[in-house]
Amino acid sequence: MHPAPSVILFSVLSGLGFGMLAWLGIGKPPMTGMFAFVFFFIAYALSVGGLLSATFHLGNPKNSLKAFSQWRTSWLSREGCCAVAALMIMGIYAIGAIFFETHWVIIGGIGAILSIVTVFTTSMIYAQLKTVPRWNHWTTPVLFVSLSVFGGALMTGQVTVAMYGFVVVGLIQVIAWFTSDNRFASSGSTIETATGLGNIGKVRMFEPPHTGTNYLLKEMVYVIGRKHAAKLRLLAIILMVVIPVLMLGMGAQHGVKAIVAVFSHLVGVFASRWLFFAEAEHVVGLYYGKRG
Amino acid sequence: MTALPPKSDVKLGLVIDLDTCVGCHACVVSCKGWNTENYGAPLSDQDAYGENPSGTFLNRVHSYEVQPEQGAAQTIHFPKSCLHCEDAPCVTVCPTGASYKRAEDGIVLVNEDACIGCGLCAWACPYGARELDQAAGVMKKCTLCVDRIYNENLPEEDREPACVRTCPAGARHFGDLGDAESDVSKLVQERGGMDLMPELGTKPVNKYLPPRPKDQGNEIDILAPLLAPIATETSGFLGWLDRTLEKI
Ligand code: SF4
Ligand code: SF4
Ligand code: SF4
Repeated sequence: MHPAPSVILFSVLSGLGFGMLAWLGIGKPPMTGMFAFVFFFIAYALSVGGLLSATFHLGNPKNSLKAFSQWRTSWLSREGCCAVAALMIMGIYAIGAIFFETHWVIIGGIGAILSIVTVFTTSMIYAQLKTVPRWNHWTTPVLFVSLSVFGGALMTGQVTVAMYGFVVVGLIQVIAWFTSDNRFASSGSTIETATGLGNIGKVRMFEPPHTGTNYLLKEMVYVIGRKHAAKLRLLAIILMVVIPVLMLGMGAQHGVKAIVAVFSHLVGVFASRWLFFAEAEHVVGLYYGKRG
Repeated sequence: MTALPPKSDVKLGLVIDLDTCVGCHACVVSCKGWNTENYGAPLSDQDAYGENPSGTFLNRVHSYEVQPEQGAAQTIHFPKSCLHCEDAPCVTVCPTGASYKRAEDGIVLVNEDACIGCGLCAWACPYGARELDQAAGVMKKCTLCVDRIYNENLPEEDREPACVRTCPAGARHFGDLGDAESDVSKLVQERGGMDLMPELGTKPVNKYLPPRPKDQGNEIDILAPLLAPIATETSGFLGWLDRTLEKI
C-alpha cells in the first residue's frame, strides 16, 4: 500500500495525542492551572493536528461532515465520531483542570475511555480489510492501542509505566512483524483464485490492461523500498523502544534524557508506521502478477 | 446508507465469456466513452498526450497466459469491472453513505455528492474495480450503465450496458442473475460460470465462463517445414544492397 505521508503523520501524531489525553483524563499527572494547560495544549496539538493532516488525504474534503453519518457500519465513520466526542469531553475536563483547579473524575474517565476507543477505531479501519492480509489480524489493533497508551505515558512523564510498557510494545511489534510475513501466502488468494483459471494450469500475467500506471498501481501495488525492510525494522525497533527504555531506565524525568527518549520514540514510530503501509500487500496485485 | 440492503430478488449483472473474448479492448473504449459524458464526473486522463499517460477507467482487460501440465500454453483475455457483489465490502466501509447498493436491482453505485474521496472503498474491493478520479477527487466505478438500461429515450436494443452493446465477439452478456430462468442464468448453469476470489466472501453477482477445453496443440502443422528459414546469409541483389548500405 502507498505510504501516504498525510496518513502516516495523522495516525502517529493523533495516536500519541489521544494516548496523552487518556492519561490526563485519569488525572496523571495530577496537574492544574498553567501546568495542566501546557499538557493539554500538547495533547490537543497532536491529536487535532493529526486529524487535520488526515483531511489532506481526501480527494473531496468538502463533504467531510457527512462522514459522521455511517457509524453503524463504517470504522472510518466511527473513528470520526469517537474522535470528536473524545475531544469535546476532554475539553470540558481540561477547563475544570485549568481554570477551576478541579478534576472532574467521571468526565475525565469517560474522556479517557473515548480517547483509547478512538485509537482502536483507527486501527480497525486497517484491521478489517480482508483484502490486505498483513493488516487483517488482531496484532493491528493491539499494536496501535499499546503504542498510543505507552507513548502517552511517556509524554505525560509516567517514567516507570512507559519503561515497562515499551518493552511490551516492542514485543508486540516483533510478533506483528514476524506473524505477518507469511499471511498473504497463507490467506489462500493466488493469481489462480483471482482469475478462476487455476484448474487449467499455472497462470501468469501476459499483458497488463494498460501500458502506463494507474490509481490502483500507485495506491495498492506499491513496491518501492521493500528491499530495505529488514534494516528499517531494526532501526524502527531501536528508535521506538530500545533507546527510550534505556533513557527511562537512567531516570529520564526531565532534561536531555527525556527529550532524547521522546524524539527517538517518535521517529521510531514513524518508521514503524511507514513500514506498516509500505510492506502491506493488497490482493489486487494478483491481477497484475505482482504477488508471490 | 452504507448498510447493505436486504437481499434483493433481482440481481442485475454481467456474464463474461473467457472463451470468446478476443482481447480487443472495444468494451474498455465504449465504457469510457459512455461514462465520461453521463453519470457523474467525467473520467479524467492525466498527461494524456505526454510521456506517462494515465486515467480513470471502469473496465479494463487483462491478458493471462495459462500453462497446463501438458500441452501448449493458452492466452486468455480477461475483462474486469465491478462485479456488483452481494456482500459488497466497498459499501459497508464508506463513512458517508456515498457508496451504496440498490435494493431494487443490486447495482452498486457511488453518490458523488456525498463522496469525500477517502479511497477506503477502493481498498476494500478485492478486484480493483474502483478508481479515484484524479481530477474530480471522487470515486468512480462501473454503474452497469444504469443510465442506459432503464433509459426509455434509447432504442430498445441500446438498453444494455455500453460494453455489452459494443463487444464484437459476443463475449459479454447482461441480465438478471437472480432469476434462475433468465438467459444469463442458464448460460452460467450450462457453462459452469464461476466467481472470482470466492474465498473472500464477497459473493459477486457477475460470473465468468471458463474457457472451453482446448486441443492439446502437440501436432505441428504439415506446412510447418515449408516455413523454416532457408537462407541465413543474404546473397544476390539483397546481399549486395545489404553490404553496400553497411558501408555507407
Ligand atoms: S467488485 Fe469491488 S467495487 Fe464492485 S461490488 Fe464487489 S467489492 Fe464493490
Ligand atoms: S471514496 Fe467516497 S465512496 Fe469511497 S468510501 Fe470514501 S466517501 Fe465512500
Ligand atoms: S469487447 Fe468483447 S471481445 Fe473485446 S475485450 Fe471486451 S469483452 Fe473481450
